[in-house]
Amino acid sequence: MLKKTLLAGLAIGVAMVTTAYAADPIKIVYIGKNTGNPYFDSITGGFEDACKSLGCEFEFVAPATAEATSQIPFIEAQIQRGVNVIAIAPNSPDALNQVLDTAKEKGILVLTVNGDLVGNEGHRDATILPVDFTKTGPNQVELMGSMIGYKGDIAILSATTEAPDQNTWIAAMNDTLKNDPKYKDMHLVATVYGDDQPEKSTTEMEALLSNYPNLVGVIAPTTVGIAAAAQVVQSRGIAATVHVTGLGLPSEMRDFVKDGTVSAFQLWSPYNEGWLAAHFAVGVIGGTIKNEVGGTFDVPNLGTITIADKNAMNTQAELTTFDAKNIDDFDF
Amino acid sequence: MSALRNILLRREAGIAVMIVLFCLAVGTQKPQFLTLDSLRIILLLTPLILIGAMGQMLVVVARHVDLSIGSMLGFSAMVTGMMFKFHPEIWWPIGFLVSIGTGALLGLINGLLVTLFRLPAIIVTLGTLNLYRGLTYIVSNAKQIDRQYVPSALKAMSQTSPIFGIPWIIFISFGVALLTYIFVMHTRVGRQIFALGSNPVAAPLRGVAVTRVTLLVFSISGALSGLAGILYASRWGFVNPSNTGSGFEFQVIAAVVIGGVSINGGVGTVLGTILGVLLLGCVAAALPLLGIPGTTQSAIYGAVILIALLIDRTVRQQGIKSLTRARA
Repeated sequence: MLKKTLLAGLAIGVAMVTTAYAADPIKIVYIGKNTGNPYFDSITGGFEDACKSLGCEFEFVAPATAEATSQIPFIEAQIQRGVNVIAIAPNSPDALNQVLDTAKEKGILVLTVNGDLVGNEGHRDATILPVDFTKTGPNQVELMGSMIGYKGDIAILSATTEAPDQNTWIAAMNDTLKNDPKYKDMHLVATVYGDDQPEKSTTEMEALLSNYPNLVGVIAPTTVGIAAAAQVVQSRGIAATVHVTGLGLPSEMRDFVKDGTVSAFQLWSPYNEGWLAAHFAVGVIGGTIKNEVGGTFDVPNLGTITIADKNAMNTQAELTTFDAKNIDDFDF
Repeated sequence: MSALRNILLRREAGIAVMIVLFCLAVGTQKPQFLTLDSLRIILLLTPLILIGAMGQMLVVVARHVDLSIGSMLGFSAMVTGMMFKFHPEIWWPIGFLVSIGTGALLGLINGLLVTLFRLPAIIVTLGTLNLYRGLTYIVSNAKQIDRQYVPSALKAMSQTSPIFGIPWIIFISFGVALLTYIFVMHTRVGRQIFALGSNPVAAPLRGVAVTRVTLLVFSISGALSGLAGILYASRWGFVNPSNTGSGFEFQVIAAVVIGGVSINGGVGTVLGTILGVLLLGCVAAALPLLGIPGTTQSAIYGAVILIALLIDRTVRQQGIKSLTRARA
């Protein structure tokens, strides 16, 4: 064990020396946005399975609420605990800068998983995102278009107004609808925010139906929003006239797909994010993967992964579309 | 006695007028707000709050407060959800007994802490607000109970209707309000709650078993939170360890106070509380309809609560005085 540690230490140099002298298995922690969020169960599953095969130690922690600063005490506690890798789904693009810098100074590998520090990429070592988020908006618009025959009034039901991912996607949806002639007959009449709360998402959805009687489609690129929108459509029995799609979890949407309320929706595999992040982290610390833009490495089941601009990696090229035919193949 | 009735009438009439004025004002901007459809939306927003408000009303009348209702709701819903998930063989209506029973037990614990240790209820329930929420994480291992595990028949109670297209869940909530009305107006124990709240020192001299009545109101508050818990699973189709019931206490206490229940104890009516709940429901449904952005909504919601309280307070300042005098 000592020999292996020394070799690893030589291979990765002085910068990693703090992690290398530990003869224990590599300790990875993943800090989620908030507790009890089923989305993170799936990411955690990927980390756990990867650590079983790679021999690392994994722990998941998360604050009770997804506030900008709520993750800071958790990061501090993990630095003190002496973990080797902090993976985090950041609740804020800038509030964590200082504490993440402290972690990096101690030689901890800092990864953002499932969301990035947009504009503050220097405060983490690399990011793992499920897909290239610039394609999410256009993909969602295309799916919506295919459901409504590419014409009619549509609306967006989002999460919170300040969520960076949501805003990237919404901007891209607006852009696609405006510039691609294929969608010239689709009109975006409103963008509303349900704050990822079922009650508020429901009242916003009801208000959309009331304010825009000609509405034929709603895109909800958030798991809470799409379930709330689907429930409103289901209870009103208007699935034939108002089509709901967006980003959802198969486990939450299965019933709506089976009873025909929602014909199709999209997402990626959160599991693969955890799986990739653990393989990357163990590879970088073990010296088999160089964290450099343009570098490539192989991950079992995912194939060759390329480290793209700003040290970003994706687990899949396009969104997965779930419908009545394939939804039972997914258990997250 | 007829003077007393007049004051009561005027007080509730004040809230009713506020509701009508608010709805008319919204209606000038959005005529569709004055339709049966939006009444349905409003009523569907309020059943859980109405049920919670009935329990809270009794606690506040007894000169206490229960801040832990959201966590009792969450814990009861989680225990029931776990029964649905891990023991699907159990007949699902048993879930009502489990949820109400769990809530009643948690409420009884609140009551015991308040009576045995003579602690202020606001401190006890602030503690159990966190304790019960923490226990919810522990029993559930911080995992959500997904839609697929909640029985379809339970979910249908929020959608299907016995009569006039009004879902079951709304009938249940108004049924609870009716039972509460009968309890406070026509039972000895019900009247004793008012006697206790009006004058805790004199109440035992007049034969009120203070400890028993206090335990009872906290247990009822817990039991009704438990009922709201299983109905949460019905209404939203899932139970989440952190979201379910979170912030419930704020809505419920706001509704109770708007409804004219005095924080000083001894004063409060079922009808007033119902109207307080409906006013909150109207505001919650109107804000998105008016296209007010989410960032501004919570500020407006809070401002409306304060304005309603101020108007109500100004109108009935005299009324409260004479009423408490009449009761004491």
